Amino acid sequence: MAEYQNLFTTVQPVGPLHDGIALPRGDWRRSGKPFLFHLLGRIGNAQIGPIYLGGLGVASLVLGTLAFNIIGFNMLASVNWNPLQLVRQLFWLALEPPAPSYGLSIPPLAQGGWWLFAGFLLTSSMLLWWARTYRRARQLGLGTHVAWAFAAAIWLYLVCGFFRPIMMGSWAEAVPFGIFPHLDWTAAISLRYGNLLYNPFHALSVVFLYGSVLLFAMHGATILAVSRFGGEREIEQIVDRGTASERAALFWRWTMGFNATMESIHRWAWWFAVLCPLVGGIGILLTGTVVDNWYLWSVKHHVVPSYPSILPIPLDPALIGGAKP
Amino acid sequence: MSAPRRLFQALLAICTVGLLAGCERPPIDTVQTGYRGTAMEQIYNPRTLAAQASLNAAPAVIPAASDEGPKAREVYQNVQVLGDLSVGAFTRHMLSITQWVSPQEGCAYCHNVANFADDSKYTKIVARKMIVMTQTVNANWKTHVAESGVTCYTCHRGNPVPAEVWYKPADRKNPQSLMGDMAGQNIAAKSVAYSSLPNDPFSPYLLDALPIRVNGLEAMAQSGAQANRASTKQTEHTWGLMMHMSKSMGVNCTYCHNTRNMQSWEQLPRTSAWHGIRMTRELNNEHLVPLTSTFPAQRLGPMGDVAKVNCATCHQGAYKPLYGAAMAKDHPELLTLGPKVASLGTSLPETTRSALQSGAGSSDKAGEQASGVDQLTATMTATMTATPPAILANRELARNQAVKVGDTLLAADASQGKVMLEKPLPAIAANLAGGDPAARQAEVKVK
Repeated sequence: MAEYQNLFTTVQPVGPLHDGIALPRGDWRRSGKPFLFHLLGRIGNAQIGPIYLGGLGVASLVLGTLAFNIIGFNMLASVNWNPLQLVRQLFWLALEPPAPSYGLSIPPLAQGGWWLFAGFLLTSSMLLWWARTYRRARQLGLGTHVAWAFAAAIWLYLVCGFFRPIMMGSWAEAVPFGIFPHLDWTAAISLRYGNLLYNPFHALSVVFLYGSVLLFAMHGATILAVSRFGGEREIEQIVDRGTASERAALFWRWTMGFNATMESIHRWAWWFAVLCPLVGGIGILLTGTVVDNWYLWSVKHHVVPSYPSILPIPLDPALIGGAKP
Repeated sequence: MSAPRRLFQALLAICTVGLLAGCERPPIDTVQTGYRGTAMEQIYNPRTLAAQASLNAAPAVIPAASDEGPKAREVYQNVQVLGDLSVGAFTRHMLSITQWVSPQEGCAYCHNVANFADDSKYTKIVARKMIVMTQTVNANWKTHVAESGVTCYTCHRGNPVPAEVWYKPADRKNPQSLMGDMAGQNIAAKSVAYSSLPNDPFSPYLLDALPIRVNGLEAMAQSGAQANRASTKQTEHTWGLMMHMSKSMGVNCTYCHNTRNMQSWEQLPRTSAWHGIRMTRELNNEHLVPLTSTFPAQRLGPMGDVAKVNCATCHQGAYKPLYGAAMAKDHPELLTLGPKVASLGTSLPETTRSALQSGAGSSDKAGEQASGVDQLTATMTATMTATPPAILANRELARNQAVKVGDTLLAADASQGKVMLEKPLPAIAANLAGGDPAARQAEVKVK
């Protein structure tokens, strides 16, 4: 006998398949016949499809696929078209931006031109997908919160790959397309600009990142904990507080003196999530353009603790006998 | 238990084992090297160290021979470098070098056994130049090798070609291809500890002298000539070199750097490493590259370049080669440059440099070797730092240091009117490189 449990449950309520509400005039038709997929039903809705593609969606997918293929085939070419090496070295491979000597000019295809081209396609694809999330929300009569949250992520992406490179006057400052190489870029930019951990906007961004995790855990746990009283019907509880909502509120007020409401907790979560890339992007945009060394900036503003040093700090040897850094 | 569930659990177990397969098992030893709570520490795997220990043991020393008796050059023909040794000491050196470099191949690896004076084998020419190189290291690079010095064994370890040498990497298969440019990185490469960083950090830094430093001395971005134009990509090259150094010496970044401020000099080994980079560069340019035409083609790299040295050539995974065993002291013939060196076309010791070193701890002015101190145009700076309560003492220290550098310059032949002592700079500007906001700096300028 299946039993409902609210952490891991085998119960899977399934309704009749449906297409959803009618679409406004001018929209495309939805594609695909809806069907049930039991395994996905365990983590979400078992009904798959239909999907709304639309002009924006199709254009976005085409450009995104092009970018994906340009990146993938360049990776494959870099291992001499050996598919085995592509799999083996996948995490190491990348499509690299042009060398600093090219500045903001358009480099030859083989020396970063592909990167510029793939970046243009990927950016266009993302912006079209953003427009799609905006328009779909409007057509469903929703607010555009998802689109603006997505825009915050696109902002950080554009800062790293477009706005900052332009302000620095070099495409080479942008992020390579690759798993380890893009992580190397993040560490390299920190090393170059005197430790990004001293960048206050980076610190803020981390606060919102960890804060988002904390809020997500608190909210998820609270709702699961009161689901035995119907607490997962959050929207109803916003306007008509039931015992679930009351108990959840009491729990937090008793444990920490303050409680968010059924409605405001979602504002908390949305702002924390959106502010994470938003302030992070500001921090990256200032790096190299305004501030050259975040450690020294922090020394200047007295936020670097001073530790006692036991031994005298040696002289910089390059300064002693003529410069040869 | 149902079959699917058992299968699921088996899969889970396999995945877990697979995920953990790349990890080193505990316990790992941690050694604190800085102020508490700042994560300034070295991490060692005791099992790795145990495996390395025997590989880094110094070999037995052949007992010293008498210095009495006729000189090698009087008895043997064509002894160009070690001719001033007694025949006994010379023979001992030849026995040692065989033990160090070609224990399997024996004398015949370098010598025509029918005529030992014959120079027909390239290995003999190379060996002669390498003896001079070893002498150069011991005589001129005490800033890096200190008193322990080096011998042939430091690099060779019983191999005719040292295990760790570097060549310029081959181009990829189709370098002109329209796709797949790797920009010298983005592939798992041993040279950079299997990271995806630029995998030839040696050509720009250990052969050419491109700038390794990327950090600036100003908090805010400057414009024009004051701007720090080091790029993020350049940083990745520097980082590649640092990965090589870390791997070569079996140490973390924090061995040489306080990682909150990479450009600080507070970790003492960094100064030694700085000299080591310059030493390696000199050895490559003045001792190894000139041998390119001496080597047969099969000893050259894919780009036709000679085998060159990097940090791993000597260090081979140890923080000090052979854990700092003072091997060289038993081989005095390797400690100083012989009189015949100049005719071999090798660089002479820089007299002015050693004079400066004795006064200020260290220096470097390669490229101006021939010129005297009078022609120095660079600004010479002495910086002393300490903690805030000691600012006054600090000032005194900086002043003393500056005076000392000035005196050294005068002693090394600079004329009186050309050395100027300048007043300390304000605190911030003075110590942007050092890391301590309360530091003071005094300057010595040579006109």
